[in-house]
Amino acid sequence: MASGYDRALSVFSPDGHVFQVEYAGEAVKRGTCAVGVKGKDVVVLGCEKRSAMKLQDTRITPSKIGLVDTHVCLAFAGLNADARILVDKARLEAQSHRLNLEDPVTIDYITKYVAGVQQRYTQSGGVRPFGISTLIVGFDNGSKIPRLYQTEPSGIYSAWKANAIGRSSKTVREFLERNYKEDMDREATIRLAIKSLLEVVQTGAKNIEIAIMAPGKTIEMLPVEDIEGFVKNIEQEKQEEAAKKKTGRTPGQGSAAILTRTQDEPGDQ
Amino acid sequence: MEVLLGITGKDFTLIAASKAAMRGATILKASDDKTRQLNKHTLMAFSGEAGDTVQFAEYIQANAQLYSMRNETDLSPSALANFVRGELAHSLRSRKPYNVNLLLGGVDPITHKPSLYWLDYLAALAPLPYAAHGYAQYYCLSILDKHHHPDITLGQGIKLLTLCTDELKRRLPVDFKGMTVKAVTKDGIVDIEFDDDKVVKSA
Repeated sequence: MASGYDRALSVFSPDGHVFQVEYAGEAVKRGTCAVGVKGKDVVVLGCEKRSAMKLQDTRITPSKIGLVDTHVCLAFAGLNADARILVDKARLEAQSHRLNLEDPVTIDYITKYVAGVQQRYTQSGGVRPFGISTLIVGFDNGSKIPRLYQTEPSGIYSAWKANAIGRSSKTVREFLERNYKEDMDREATIRLAIKSLLEVVQTGAKNIEIAIMAPGKTIEMLPVEDIEGFVKNIEQEKQEEAAKKKTGRTPGQGSAAILTRTQDEPGDQ
Repeated sequence: MEVLLGITGKDFTLIAASKAAMRGATILKASDDKTRQLNKHTLMAFSGEAGDTVQFAEYIQANAQLYSMRNETDLSPSALANFVRGELAHSLRSRKPYNVNLLLGGVDPITHKPSLYWLDYLAALAPLPYAAHGYAQYYCLSILDKHHHPDITLGQGIKLLTLCTDELKRRLPVDFKGMTVKAVTKDGIVDIEFDDDKVVKSA
């Protein structure tokens, strides 16, 4: 189907496609899943972690969540090695911005920069596009408004309330669409991020990574024990719901079930 | 006539810098901060040609912070001192060298050992228990020689610093408008309240 138009990066196919960029999009789809969820005054990044091999030293294996600056956090899906280069460029720009403007970067600015770099690699010779999508989150200096952006290999960037990238991102995004609520507190935001990841991560807590950003603070990685707590809680709730569905639905029970659902985990279908 | 002083003790490094920003015989500002924090436990004080000083210090600060972001660990004070020396040595051999003198103080994040480094614009580097730059050297080093001890507490360090500043007030021909004093400890960098209004009569 490609018939020669995917040889050079900067050549269009007659129907207007740049194939190499679309292949980069495929690389993203094969990468492990990452989600970002905004709450009222918090923003959470969640990542699916590849299960480590027996002899691997997990303490010094790099994470998929990285700090770009003290107030900017980035998660990616796609080719790990490409991400390292892109994150390094973003870190350099963040410090350079501080030095030249005496102000830390805004989330909007660094997203534009990252997307700009990604775009450049779709239009110059001798290079290939970055095989990664990124979620960039954080709080602008002195602001209490959470920010969540996505960038793609083509250089497109967009702002979100909650989003997922990588493997099965469509399933997770649809889950988020069904379950997202405005102005969630810290607890609920983390819970939604974990719950959405559990849609596609089978192995549970030990393959999930959670990073939390709050105004005026740097990254906080949620300890594994805490993630386990959330996972247990979510699974228990799922079981209870399944049990409720099995038992006959008398009108009284049905309304009670709806009541508890709206309290604990609203809108869950 | 800028004053830079540094004193190490048992578990801290004190860095003090005069508050006056001068141009020729004029004092432009009496609340200048001639220090920059490089990372959680390293502080740098600078004096020299106006413009060069802040430009160089903030360049070093940006590089120190970039290192911390890239490697998820801070550079140790000794590593930073040697990095700064390298930058100064490089600059010295350029068309327009930076005219900056520095004191770099810190506490090692792992061993909690305090350290102090003296650097000048000729890219000389010396690790010292106490140090001064400029005219302050002539008046303070003898006092520090007599009274300094490696095991002093922060309180004793501040007293020793007061001894130095009193002597400077007594002997320097111009008012340096007091000192900004900061202490580096294993918990980070803290501002130290320092009495600038004390009047010292000349001999």
